[in-house]
This record gives sequence, C-alpha cells and structure tokens, in this order.
Amino acid sequence: MASTIRVRAVASGDSTEVQSLIQHPMDSGFVKDSKGELIPAHHIEVVTFEHGGKVVFTAYWGPAVSKDPYVKFKFKGGKKGDDLKVSWVDNKGASDSMVAKIQ
Amino acid sequence: MTCFPDAPDVARRLLLKGALAGGLAGLGFAASGSFAFADVNAKDWPADAFKQKGEAETLKDLYGKAAEVSDKITLDAPEIAENGAVVPVSVASTLPNVTAISILVLENPNTLAAAYKIPEGTEPSVSNRLKMAKTSKVVAVVEAGGKLYSASKEVKVTVGGCGG
Repeated sequence: MASTIRVRAVASGDSTEVQSLIQHPMDSGFVKDSKGELIPAHHIEVVTFEHGGKVVFTAYWGPAVSKDPYVKFKFKGGKKGDDLKVSWVDNKGASDSMVAKIQ
Repeated sequence: MTCFPDAPDVARRLLLKGALAGGLAGLGFAASGSFAFADVNAKDWPADAFKQKGEAETLKDLYGKAAEVSDKITLDAPEIAENGAVVPVSVASTLPNVTAISILVLENPNTLAAAYKIPEGTEPSVSNRLKMAKTSKVVAVVEAGGKLYSASKEVKVTVGGCGG
C-alpha cells in the first residue's frame, strides 16, 4: 500500500526546509454523518521527524488540524542525500512511517 | 454543536504540483513548560491540554504558566478565511532559545489546535492548516528561554465549520 506520507525536504545552505503532507481524515468528533450520527474523533496525535538519530521536530495535533494535514518547518544540519524519517500515530493506535532523502 | 466541514482534498495536488511553498500560510502554536512538554523527546500526546476550553486554562495545562504578549512573534493568518475547514496559519519568532510553538483557536470547541516542539537546531517557524468553527481570535504561543510569549490575530470565517 502506498505510504500515507509525502515529504519534500530540500537542503539549502545549512538549513533544510521540510514540507510534509499526510493522508488522514482528521475527523474532529463534532461532525454528523448523513444519518445524523456523530462521526467519532479520528485524528493524528503525534508526528515525529528524525534526522541522524535525532528528533528534529515533533508535532502534537488535535482534531482541529485540517484533513490531510500539512506542516512546514526548517532545521539545521541536514545535507543532500541524508535520510529524514517521518512517523505518525493516531488516536486509534494506527501509525505509519517513511524515510525520505533530503534533496 | 459546532462542526467542521470536510477539507477539500487539495493537499496531494499541491504537493504534486510542487506548489506548496506559495499560498500556504502556517499556523503556529507554542506549547512548553509543563511536565508533558518539558522533554523534547517525549512521545506522549498532551491529551488533557487538548480538551481545555480557554486560553489561560490551555496554557496552564500545557506549560503550567501564562504567556505575555510579544512583538517578536509573527502570526501569519488570513484576515478572512473563506473556508473554515482549511485555514493556513504560520508562526515564526525572533526570540532566542525557542523550545516550543503552539496555536490556539479560542472559539473552537477545544482551544488548542496544535503544538510543536522545537529542539535546538530547528528554526522557530512552523506552518500548518487548521479548522475553525467560526470567526475567532487565533493565538500563537512561543516558549523561549523557559518563558511564554504570545501574539494573536482575529480571523473572520465566512463559511464556518458547519458549511452553512
């Protein structure tokens, strides 16, 4: 199955800009379905980005983060060709991870 | 009850087009200070903080302290959000030693939207996209040097979380 994670990490000078998109419904728990029943909350809780064995960024998300969440940040020390590992876990215990190459 | 509309599935298309850099603002929340947030490597999701209602209660739960207003935080969000399901918000700061950024939407059912840990070597700048139930003040909170700082902006939501 294709990964739920898309990452673009580009090194420029001494900093690396990371943009990531994750496919996830991010159901808030406040929306009703067509039968008028509440769709239970289903959202990513934690996303971690690791480079060189070190966590460079951690996101903690609540149900107010938009569907198919996007996040962008920058860190120092990444080089072209380095691995960047992205992992997420949601409130139902589902998870996914992938390793991207810094461009 | 407030509801959030489904976000259009624009994310993948944007990535495919490589057009992410443009047009997307970021949301920034700063969270830091409390036991749950003190350790940059902690994997625990701060469940209690995400249930709080109100800025003071949320910050107390997340960091154990209050924030003071700072002009060294840039909160980038639209004046008017046409779609409350996808509101781009970015937070950046020129404060030294930033350890966390969090974003609060005061009129949402739960105030805290997102919190980010910024380890040493990572820039104090975050962009993301949040859901907003209705017009609300958005607050960016930055933890720097063990203290909390905040900046806020009113974002008008024309099509609210319930899609009319």
